[in-house]
Amino acid sequence: MSFVSWHDLAPMLPEIFVLCMASLILLADAFIAEGHRFITYAATQVTLLGAVLLTAQGAHGETVTAFHGLFIEDPVADVLKLMLYVSISAMLVYSKSYLQVRGLFRGEFFVLVLFAALGMMIMISAGNFLALYLGLELQALCLYALVALSRDSAVATEAALKYFVLGALASGLLLYGMSMVYGVTGHLDLSGISAVLAHGVKDPTVLVFGLVFLVAGLAFKLGVVPFHMWVPDVYQGAPTAMTLFIGTAPKIAAFGFVIRLLVGGLQPLAHDWSGMLVILSVLSIAIGNITAIAQSNIKRMLAYSTISHMGFVLLGFLSGNLQGYGAAMFYVLVYVLMSLGAFGMVMLLSRQGFEAEHLDDFKGLNQRSPWYAFLMLVVMFSMAGIPPTAGFYAKLAVLSSALDAGYVGLVVAAVLFSVVGAFYYLRIVKLMYFDAPSDPSACGAHADVGVLMSANGLAVLALGIFPQPLMALCTYSIWHSL
Amino acid sequence: MMASTPWLSLAIWVPILFGVLVLATGSDRNARLARWLALVGAAAGFLASIPLYTQFDVHTAGMQFTELHPWIEALHVNYHLGVDGISVLFILLTSFTTVVVVAAGWKVIERRVAQYMAAFLIMSGLMNGVFASLDAILFYVFWEAMLIPMFLVIGVWGGPNRVYAAVKFFLYTLLGSLLMLVAFIYLYQRSGGSFDILDYQQLPLGLQAQVLIFLAFFMAFAVKVPMWPVHTWLPDAHVEAPTGGSVVLAAIMLKLGAYGFLRFCLPIAPDASHLLSGFMIALSLIAVVYIGLVALVQGDMKKLIAYSSISHMGFVTLGIFLFNRFGTEGALVQMISHGFVSGALFLCVGVLYDRLHSRQINDYGGVVNRMPLFATLFMLFAMANSGLPATSGFVGEFMVIMGSMKVNFWYSAAAATTLIFGAAYTLWMYKRVIFGKITNPRVEGLSDLSTREFLILGSLAVVVLAMGVYPLPFTEVMHSSVANLLSHVAQSKLKGA
Repeated sequence: MSFVSWHDLAPMLPEIFVLCMASLILLADAFIAEGHRFITYAATQVTLLGAVLLTAQGAHGETVTAFHGLFIEDPVADVLKLMLYVSISAMLVYSKSYLQVRGLFRGEFFVLVLFAALGMMIMISAGNFLALYLGLELQALCLYALVALSRDSAVATEAALKYFVLGALASGLLLYGMSMVYGVTGHLDLSGISAVLAHGVKDPTVLVFGLVFLVAGLAFKLGVVPFHMWVPDVYQGAPTAMTLFIGTAPKIAAFGFVIRLLVGGLQPLAHDWSGMLVILSVLSIAIGNITAIAQSNIKRMLAYSTISHMGFVLLGFLSGNLQGYGAAMFYVLVYVLMSLGAFGMVMLLSRQGFEAEHLDDFKGLNQRSPWYAFLMLVVMFSMAGIPPTAGFYAKLAVLSSALDAGYVGLVVAAVLFSVVGAFYYLRIVKLMYFDAPSDPSACGAHADVGVLMSANGLAVLALGIFPQPLMALCTYSIWHSL
Repeated sequence: MMASTPWLSLAIWVPILFGVLVLATGSDRNARLARWLALVGAAAGFLASIPLYTQFDVHTAGMQFTELHPWIEALHVNYHLGVDGISVLFILLTSFTTVVVVAAGWKVIERRVAQYMAAFLIMSGLMNGVFASLDAILFYVFWEAMLIPMFLVIGVWGGPNRVYAAVKFFLYTLLGSLLMLVAFIYLYQRSGGSFDILDYQQLPLGLQAQVLIFLAFFMAFAVKVPMWPVHTWLPDAHVEAPTGGSVVLAAIMLKLGAYGFLRFCLPIAPDASHLLSGFMIALSLIAVVYIGLVALVQGDMKKLIAYSSISHMGFVTLGIFLFNRFGTEGALVQMISHGFVSGALFLCVGVLYDRLHSRQINDYGGVVNRMPLFATLFMLFAMANSGLPATSGFVGEFMVIMGSMKVNFWYSAAAATTLIFGAAYTLWMYKRVIFGKITNPRVEGLSDLSTREFLILGSLAVVVLAMGVYPLPFTEVMHSSVANLLSHVAQSKLKGA
């Protein structure tokens, strides 16, 4: 028996491909002159395209494990990874000119993005504590470096440092929790843990302690209250392109991580962790929405809005059943789409030496560019959960599953706080439509950004009118994976 | 029955489609094209809704012109449309009002014409959708989506305090709506996975559940009606909105709340409705009497009409919670009539405002000397608003008072005070604006109605008079459906819950 067989390698092809390409780009970029950097850009996009093809070609609608359970490839992983590639690719398009004018359009950026993507892919597909942790750390280290990429910016460096310190703390918590669970169950792979837990353990004290650490670590990574302190600072301090990246793809990966850890491994303890998630979820929705009102910086406002959205995602996990996980998955995917649109618009409005990160920079956008104002309007109403936009169905699905699980009070609270949330999204709409612009010049964008932004905004609207395909995809993948 | 032509879908989507087309005309350089396209769209929408009346079968209580297609299978949501005698007239009212509003904004709106016209066309389609939806989520989507264009209309083309008014309008209604959404999700789970409104009407429910559902719906609909004490957004919204916005608000949006009570509260939670009817009647009577008095002291014409609307809508909710035929049919007639009368009154104020840019009663006086034609039409609408016989305003109020007399003498006594207060505030305003000496030199320069304005107000006058003299075509449509609703409400749902 050979040590490595094709059966082990086949499900991992996308990861292997991304790893090889990232290394290749790292080497090749050293020989590319500053003026030809678009080659690196194109190579990165090609890598993502190749990963899309490999993942799509390998998706058979069934669960395949490789390397003795270290690696899992199932429909959930396929869908999440595809969305991951799309979001990263869109992020690259949106941030291209933003990075160019700020001197950040460098080879390191692309290499770090690709390695981060690899880490996320491993998080989504890990079947073992160690693989999960490795994926997480690979992703996190790349993200810290990306935030700090703007070397001479004091805010960015501060943000990176905060991100690193708190991220390292969270990783420590996770690792500690994992060690306790390992101590109780004697297993590192999730299916083994699940099997042991299903039979019950003699002394659950250490287990519950471990669970608390695991949930706290997860909460840090997701950025939910009370482990959310880093989110606004990092979102605001990082260059907007990095904010866009942090705000989208890692959320998909974090969702995959939660699914693997809590559902794949610790489902027998669902009763214990759902109690903790209730608190995290309601606090996030409340504090995220209330604090967002007070912000005048749009990146900070969107950071608090992210916190509340993550609270809604957790609502989907409370029911502890497949329908709820499907709803949470739908929510995450829709959230990523909206987030891309919102941050993309912030970058579109930014120019050389000017960051459109104050709310007032959106003033009178309707007079400057009605089409972009309309797209932003759709995205904002979607975030507020107003039909006919995709955000409404995302909220509907998670609320429905939480109500199904009997959390009536929680649902009513979530609903009341989304009225609070509607206020600050409305404020952006108000600025764009009701106020006069301070700078009446029309805002132009490169054709590729314009097309992508239109597709992005219209997708949010189209998913609001016909949510069935994506919803069915989420339900299907969850049902065929878990 | 599956109608061969999907008239309801046409009534919904034709205006929306034209709205998108109007938007596509872009900047104000193409304003002329945008206006004409909008008028064609509004007229097409109105034409598409006429067969709903002419082909309506007045003898059945069930849903007609139904359309049923699967929409979101993952959540069992269907594209399910249909109308009965309760809703069909509102679709006609909406489509007709849209034509009026587009015509009324013809000259007045010069800034961002395409967006203005498109907002009203899209809103018209969405409101028709609310009246025609038989699926709770479809209903909710139309119900909420309609807020977006209205929010923009108030905020972009409104008066000086427009931002406050627009945000208040939006948040007030959103709060109510979201609780309604929770009620829908609860019903979805209780009914075993159905969002069909007709299923909910048959669903047995315990009293506690019914009361909670009733209260959730109450929050949504009472804000929309608006009932005292959640009415405070309306005067703000009305005063700041442009004329077209006020007309749509008064003529149609307020009716959505009352329609919601008839379509959801009564049939889904009949026992709770009976239990809480005293509470609802009390709120309604407070609206009728107290808000009537508040209207009396207003110095701003639009505010006065706004308060008068709240008072008149108090009549509607009173009629609905009497649970007898006169009350319910009276409420429906009153809703339709108020749609025309209040719309016309806001247009009259708009006519004055366009000339003098003031809504204060004190700035006017002696207008009749310069605008005799206008004064005549305004007189008719003022009379209709005070419920003079032979106008449409009389029929509904009379029926509701009759209905309340059957239930309790004092209800009808309190309700009848509106005939005094209504006449007092409307006619007093009319006197101060139209008659007397000309004190403001700017009134000297007023010119009478243009042909366009005359056609708009004249057509409304014809409807108001026709409804007042011969209301049968309006009431016969609703007989069967109202009788069916009342017999349904009379049956307790507690058994089997």
